[in-house]
Amino acid sequence: MNDPITIARNSILVPARLDDHHLDRLLGLLAGSHLDAADIYFQKSRLQSWVLEDGVIKDGNFSIEQGVGIRAVSGEKTGFAYSDELEYPALAQAAEAARAIARAGSQARVRIGHVQAQRRLYEPIDPLESLPDEDKVELLRRVDAEAKRQDTRIKEVTASIVAVQDTVLVLSDDGTLAADVRPLVRLNISVIAEDQGHREQGGSGGGARTDLGWFLLEDRALEFAREAVRLALTNLEAEPAPAGSMTVVLGPGWPGVLLHEAIGHGLEGDFNRKGTSAFAGRVGERVAAPGVTVVDDGTLPGRRGSLNMDDEGTTTQSTVLIENGILRGYMQDKLNARLMGVRSTGNGRRESYAHLPMPRMTNTYMLAGTHDPREIIASVERGLYAVNFGGGQVDITSGKFVFSTSEAYLIEGGKIGRPVKGATLIGNGPDVLTRVSMIGNDLSLDTGVGTCGKEGQSVPVGVGQPTLRIDSLTVGGTGSE
Amino acid sequence: MSITSTEDTAERLARLEQTIEHLLAEAKRLGASAAEASVGSSAGLEVGVRLGEVETVEHTRDNGLSITVYFGHRRGSSSTTDLSHDSLRAAVKAACAIAAHTQEDPCANLADAALMAHGVLDLDLYHPWPIGVEEAVRIAAECEDAARGFDPRIVNSEGASLSAHSGLQVYGNSHGFVGGYPSTRHGLSCAVIGEEGDTMQRDYWWTSARAAADLEPARLVGERAAQRTVARLGGRQLDTCKAPVLFRAEVATGLVRSLVSAISGSSLYRRASFLLDHLGERIFPEFVRIHEEPHLPRGLSSAPFDGDGVATWAKDLVSEGVLRTYVLDTYSGCRMKLPTTGNAGGVRNLVVAMGERDRAGMLALMGTGLFVTELMGHGVNAVTGDYSRGAAGFWVENGEIAYPVEEITIAGNLKSMYANLVAVGNDCDFSGSTRNGSWLIDEMTIAGQ
Repeated sequence: MNDPITIARNSILVPARLDDHHLDRLLGLLAGSHLDAADIYFQKSRLQSWVLEDGVIKDGNFSIEQGVGIRAVSGEKTGFAYSDELEYPALAQAAEAARAIARAGSQARVRIGHVQAQRRLYEPIDPLESLPDEDKVELLRRVDAEAKRQDTRIKEVTASIVAVQDTVLVLSDDGTLAADVRPLVRLNISVIAEDQGHREQGGSGGGARTDLGWFLLEDRALEFAREAVRLALTNLEAEPAPAGSMTVVLGPGWPGVLLHEAIGHGLEGDFNRKGTSAFAGRVGERVAAPGVTVVDDGTLPGRRGSLNMDDEGTTTQSTVLIENGILRGYMQDKLNARLMGVRSTGNGRRESYAHLPMPRMTNTYMLAGTHDPREIIASVERGLYAVNFGGGQVDITSGKFVFSTSEAYLIEGGKIGRPVKGATLIGNGPDVLTRVSMIGNDLSLDTGVGTCGKEGQSVPVGVGQPTLRIDSLTVGGTGSE
Repeated sequence: MSITSTEDTAERLARLEQTIEHLLAEAKRLGASAAEASVGSSAGLEVGVRLGEVETVEHTRDNGLSITVYFGHRRGSSSTTDLSHDSLRAAVKAACAIAAHTQEDPCANLADAALMAHGVLDLDLYHPWPIGVEEAVRIAAECEDAARGFDPRIVNSEGASLSAHSGLQVYGNSHGFVGGYPSTRHGLSCAVIGEEGDTMQRDYWWTSARAAADLEPARLVGERAAQRTVARLGGRQLDTCKAPVLFRAEVATGLVRSLVSAISGSSLYRRASFLLDHLGERIFPEFVRIHEEPHLPRGLSSAPFDGDGVATWAKDLVSEGVLRTYVLDTYSGCRMKLPTTGNAGGVRNLVVAMGERDRAGMLALMGTGLFVTELMGHGVNAVTGDYSRGAAGFWVENGEIAYPVEEITIAGNLKSMYANLVAVGNDCDFSGSTRNGSWLIDEMTIAGQ
């Protein structure tokens, strides 16, 4: 029963009275001679969340989303239909609609063949049931109290806890059946600090593919509360950020959002197949300074961006994107891999059954270098030390990317100086990493908070990096240089 | 799979209303003192064409239901995509189980029964487009062809896509209010890529409407996408400086969204807004009026009642530059000790009073400065109003566009940007739920090389 295929069958197929005979017939409908590929994606996603605001547990929600997405591919054409009804007639109707993309072919006979073996980067558990409800709300109360205990200037605390169990079952046109049961937990805290009418916000949080007990280990939840307070109080002291081009030192961990925006999206297979990325056709060229190695790794145990298999049933892997400064490869799903004559890298992901899969990142990070982070700071006469960020965005085609600081300091005479207010940093993806002049020995990954949006689809991801010195980047503050 | 006949629609609406009544009865049976629920059902077709060939054909079909139960002032909610009888009962039970662990919140309550909408106003929102795949492909292809043929520098395409959607939405609560209505939404968009030297630029255009007849013609959408793309080619950085900034109309809409967010109840009661305690105060120059029109016929966000069942009404958010109202739902209103403004679910169709000047007039008024046509990133701090975003657009000299610029940021503070708004143009040229012209701000910091 602790096997993802069995769990998926029992929770999705059995209640809809679907057996292997039905699945064979559906595949037969899709596997006509004019289709290059087809798949059927069953999903059941259960979510429970709790919100604390103004000192009370004010809301909770439980939701279930389930459905099936049926895709038929012919050349570069994709037909897609989905249904939240799982009974056979609804599925057959969706399959007919999807296969209409190709000229009608004869029905083929396909049998469900082998069942894909599974890795265990996380256990197929139900995180919603991993802690009694009383303990979940008690945890939020403790987070609230911890934040308020830190400083009398903390006026408002909002905290939430979310647990998701996402069960997927993928049936490919070759008869391969694969399943994954994906737990995901997340805790968030946001505080407002107020001092003499001046207010600032601070936020923190984390998550992983595990159970809710994770937040109780190593004082994690309370550490997030203290971190949110520290950020808000730091920003109370902050002065306007400078404006202009300058040396920027990025801290380790979450600032890896730089890699995600500046190069990650540009290396997704779809944009490169279509020639719309600033990186298209540049494999083998230098796109970063020597010493810069960047990977996308979906195989890190328990990480928010990790998956045992992607949403097309392909086992995830660690893909080298940039090796010692040279562009090595792209992230692929099945469609783009087939059209580019390569293999899928296990990056075919989708938000849900109601969305089409496409190449997406998992955990994207830069490997450690050799410099002590203190040495990196000491090397900068005047610049910006950026430690925490909000979101970022990229224009794949022009290569321009932005990301905005939520905690940053001036560097003056090789020392970390005054905190400065949030500023957007802007650069050009294909050349920003050529300006990396020092790489720290302190690689760390983020705490498990990343969500990536692409073409309206959101998926959980991770980022990471060591401390980095970038010799020139445009900083968008309002202060004078 | 699309909803076509109105008779069907009436029957389906009646069935969803019945579903709501069952849910509310079930909540009562489980001991809830009050409950509210909403259910929606929609179907649609989306077709994508790229380089003249069909790329995707998607048949969409979405159902969803959510219920909130109240046990006195304790609340719990649940939602599901499965509208089967068993699933509905499970959803009510789940919401009740949640409510067993939430705490007393004096503001957790239904809206006042006296505020419920009387009947459901017909806002002309339902214009089904029974378009087949072939016709949809033909229109999207015409749009993309127009873009690709516009200029030899258009070398590649992300394609054009057409969508046609039809849906039903019903809300009800234990005051006895149940109301629902059908609506449609159709759209056409196109994105193409231009090349000059070894750099590429992408831009797009779109149109969206309740009725297919109100969409911009396919050819025009394609041409505008191409025109915008070509105009960006050859962009350069600016030197860091301070200068006036003109926000193109659809980009200026983002400044309106930031305003709405800052005067929304949930930001205010959490003290997470730079406009706390500004009700009745002047936040813009005197010429500024921002009006909400929830009953605009065929409006893209028109609604006869809000997410609490409260009848919506037209009102000024800002007039003579003064903030006239916050944007509140029942809950946030209670937290602010103010009545709801009928805005559960947000604002519905904003109209920013436009000035006399067209695009050329606005550029002339600015003289020399930055004309921003694209913004990137999330650099808006809702608590302080600090604003710093990536930008692209054109450098303007003596009222004339001089050259395209990119890889720059613009920064300021929303509070002073609003106070120092110089003029609003009459150059509204896009379809959206906000009608707005370009905005000229007297000075911002531009960071570049």
